[in-house]
Amino acid sequence: MRGLLGKDEALKMAGRVIDASPGDMTEVLIRGGVSRLTRFSDNYIHQNVSDSGHSLTVKVIFGKKIGTASTNSLDEDAVKDAIEAATRVAELQKPNEDFEGIPGPEPIPEVNTFFDSTYEFSPLDRAMGVKAITERAAAKGFKAAGAYSTGASELCIANSLGVRAYNRSTQAHLRTVVMSDTGSGYADALATDVKDIDPGLVARTAVEKCEASQNPQVVPAGEYEVILEPRAVADLLSYLVRGGFSASAVREGRSFLAGRLGEKIFTDLFSFWDDGLDPRGFPMPFDLEGVPKEKVIMVDKGVAKGLLYDWKSAKKEGKRSTGHGGFGGWGPMAANLFMAPGDSTVEEMIKNTKRGILVTRFHYTNMAHPMKVLVTGMTRDGTFLVEDGKVTKPVKNFRFTESALKVFGTMDMVGKELHRSGRSVVPAIHVPAFTFTGVTEF
Amino acid sequence: MRDLTSVALDVAKKLGASYADIRVVDKKQESVRTRNGNVESLGSSRSKGFGVRVLYDGAWGFSSSARITEDEVRRVAEEAVSIAKASATVKREKDVELAPVKPVTAKWKSECKIDPFSVKAEDKIALLLEADRLMRQNKGVRVASGNISSLREDKVFASTEGSYIEQVKTETGAGIDAMAADKGELQRRSYPTSAGGDFASRGWEFVEDMRLLDHAERVGNEAVALLTAKQCPQVVTDLVLDSSQLTLQIHESCGHPIELDRVFGQEASYAGTSFLTPEKQGTFQYGSPDVNIVADATIEGGLGSFGFDDEGVPAQRTTIVDKGIFKNYLSSRDTAAELGETSSGAMRADSWSRIPIIRMTNINLEPGDWTLDEIIKDTKEGILMETNKSWSIDDKRLNFQFGVEMAYEIKDGSIGDMLKNANYTGITYEFWRSCDAVANKDEWRLWGVPNCGKGEPGQVAHVGHGSAPARFRGVKVGVGKWQ
Ligand SMILES: [Zn+2]
Repeated sequence: MRGLLGKDEALKMAGRVIDASPGDMTEVLIRGGVSRLTRFSDNYIHQNVSDSGHSLTVKVIFGKKIGTASTNSLDEDAVKDAIEAATRVAELQKPNEDFEGIPGPEPIPEVNTFFDSTYEFSPLDRAMGVKAITERAAAKGFKAAGAYSTGASELCIANSLGVRAYNRSTQAHLRTVVMSDTGSGYADALATDVKDIDPGLVARTAVEKCEASQNPQVVPAGEYEVILEPRAVADLLSYLVRGGFSASAVREGRSFLAGRLGEKIFTDLFSFWDDGLDPRGFPMPFDLEGVPKEKVIMVDKGVAKGLLYDWKSAKKEGKRSTGHGGFGGWGPMAANLFMAPGDSTVEEMIKNTKRGILVTRFHYTNMAHPMKVLVTGMTRDGTFLVEDGKVTKPVKNFRFTESALKVFGTMDMVGKELHRSGRSVVPAIHVPAFTFTGVTEF
Repeated sequence: MRDLTSVALDVAKKLGASYADIRVVDKKQESVRTRNGNVESLGSSRSKGFGVRVLYDGAWGFSSSARITEDEVRRVAEEAVSIAKASATVKREKDVELAPVKPVTAKWKSECKIDPFSVKAEDKIALLLEADRLMRQNKGVRVASGNISSLREDKVFASTEGSYIEQVKTETGAGIDAMAADKGELQRRSYPTSAGGDFASRGWEFVEDMRLLDHAERVGNEAVALLTAKQCPQVVTDLVLDSSQLTLQIHESCGHPIELDRVFGQEASYAGTSFLTPEKQGTFQYGSPDVNIVADATIEGGLGSFGFDDEGVPAQRTTIVDKGIFKNYLSSRDTAAELGETSSGAMRADSWSRIPIIRMTNINLEPGDWTLDEIIKDTKEGILMETNKSWSIDDKRLNFQFGVEMAYEIKDGSIGDMLKNANYTGITYEFWRSCDAVANKDEWRLWGVPNCGKGEPGQVAHVGHGSAPARFRGVKVGVGKWQ
């Protein structure tokens, strides 16, 4: 397949690097593939790109001295240069007393994450999907902007202790903002198999949101009940996970969970976990250290249960890596989050709301304080006032400054339908009190 | 190299492209990262490849590859044309047009006194580990970290209009950072600024001039002192920003909304659009008469400086805001043509595998005639804020909220207590209209920002911002529930 090495070739190449390395230990990471993306705005395609390529990174280790080098050329000479560069650097290094070695081999589960349909999707196929959106938007006098991307990537991790891990996967994502001068609406769809993406549905959802969003009214900032649609939930959840559930962050005292594992911190309705094998997400059977992924239940019915470990943080505590390692030493990371569904529908949440705000998604969120998991950001592309159990009008976008601990600690309704948003699979939620601290002009 | 670039341009022309260009880029990077007395990573990377951009039937196509051979150049040029043909199936009535640019054959090189790649890794490590040790002399510091990075980019640009441009850019940057945490509180302090420090299109002399070791102990002490500092109050007050926080303020509330692709909705589904719509050009009161902003790609050493942009347009100095009035956009050849203008030369790609998009150059607030001391003496009640910590702004770039590492009360013209978790919020033009003092050129400083994200697939631009401390009247600070 053009643009992909395939399992045999990738593992062979990694093996050659390990054989050629003079290090006591050696790790190799090869990744790459093809990525194609069609972008549109003002109802026409304004950018349309394709790229393919790989990078090979080699880590050469002498005792506790480590050097890394990477190259995007897989030619024999370039790879040889990279091994030499990593070796030179390792020799110059000071021993890293924090180094805990590298993992040995473990059986890696099989998951199917590659679809030919996605790999073969052509620029014309993408243009057809785009057209479904732009025509529907134009028919209403709206302008659509967005992107349709498809890609196939492969990842190979190998080391001198015998780890030989390879996976290839495909991804497809169609997203759009449909807008007029007086309102906008967003919709998207994500899949490993592009056949699961329905451009007509994306178009209809975004156009309907845009229609409903016309001429938003100012509603003052303050504390409101909120209904957060799945994209907004996934956004907040990522802040909870980022520093909070990393074992090294907890050990270094920079997580809100430091000293609180086993405590009930959240509401009974809140359970979530990381599962690299669940096909409802974007499965990935091993991490960037080549360790198979374990399902980690991070919160079970409100109780903080599990942390994410990479090789180093596990060794430090005499535990097993859960398969959440990175390659650069940034500490353990979540990659496949799932939140437990509840038994409500968004319609029921609206019906149960006295005076509140329905949020389609957030924009430009950022951590204001990591220990309080205080997050700020804006609402965007479909924000509505709910009064006495009914959506009454679109409202101008709010700024919120609120703690994700409070959101997941107090939410009182959880959606029964799960949606894929980024790398997370989450429901909509209803929160009884959520703090909006400002309003913008649209 | 000319043989290869000609192959791409000839193939594209033969297949009917009305315009084509090719960029061949060879980029190498080296970085050292330390953490709590250890070298966390030490590595180098190299990336080479080329990208071909074509205009066919009034629509764009682009393809790229890491394999720089004649056959591959031919294949990629063909693919770019076939992608452009697909683009042409969903087209506006109006074809893409390019504002004129004079074809040139030129060479450009950034200033570099000491080649950062010639400095021994041992010396870089020793410098960072000593800074690390000094920061951790204060036992309250939980994590001390530091980094030094260098980059060299060799780039060739050729177009069917006859341009052939070779450019070499060297960049260097460094920074240190201390994190303290205790009893549910977590604070950071950095030098010279956060997010990896400061960067410039200069050599190793830039890192030497930072004098990291002179500041390391203070950085550690301030991180720990912040743990027990007073919480920033929730009030409306006068705000004085240091030049590093102003950098972020300019970046988010001026640099991004003046990008003409955003104005035309081309980034709508991702980064967003802009409140600075075309009818505002030349008349809109963006700020007070004290606010003068330029986009200047010609400043020596600026991280956003270059000889020519990635469409072969020469580097320029453009007035953005003149005595408070919004004057000009950052543009590309195709967006400028829509306004009947010429390109302001702001198209850059972050690698061979990406298309150029409109990026900031060095967006600078021009100096005024105060000193920071005079500004503080002249402020009855207010807050001084330093060094960015968090940032958020809406998708038209109006409602912003920024948090800083450290702040001080100002009372009756003097600096008072230290404040933690300080932030401020506002609406872009109301904020800039409230500016009534900008410090002078002696306190003006050019900063390099190496992490500006934009575009799909994502690109990271290296841009610059110059500014001197300034005062803003009646700003809402201390947003959020902090108790
Ligand atoms: Zn930016």
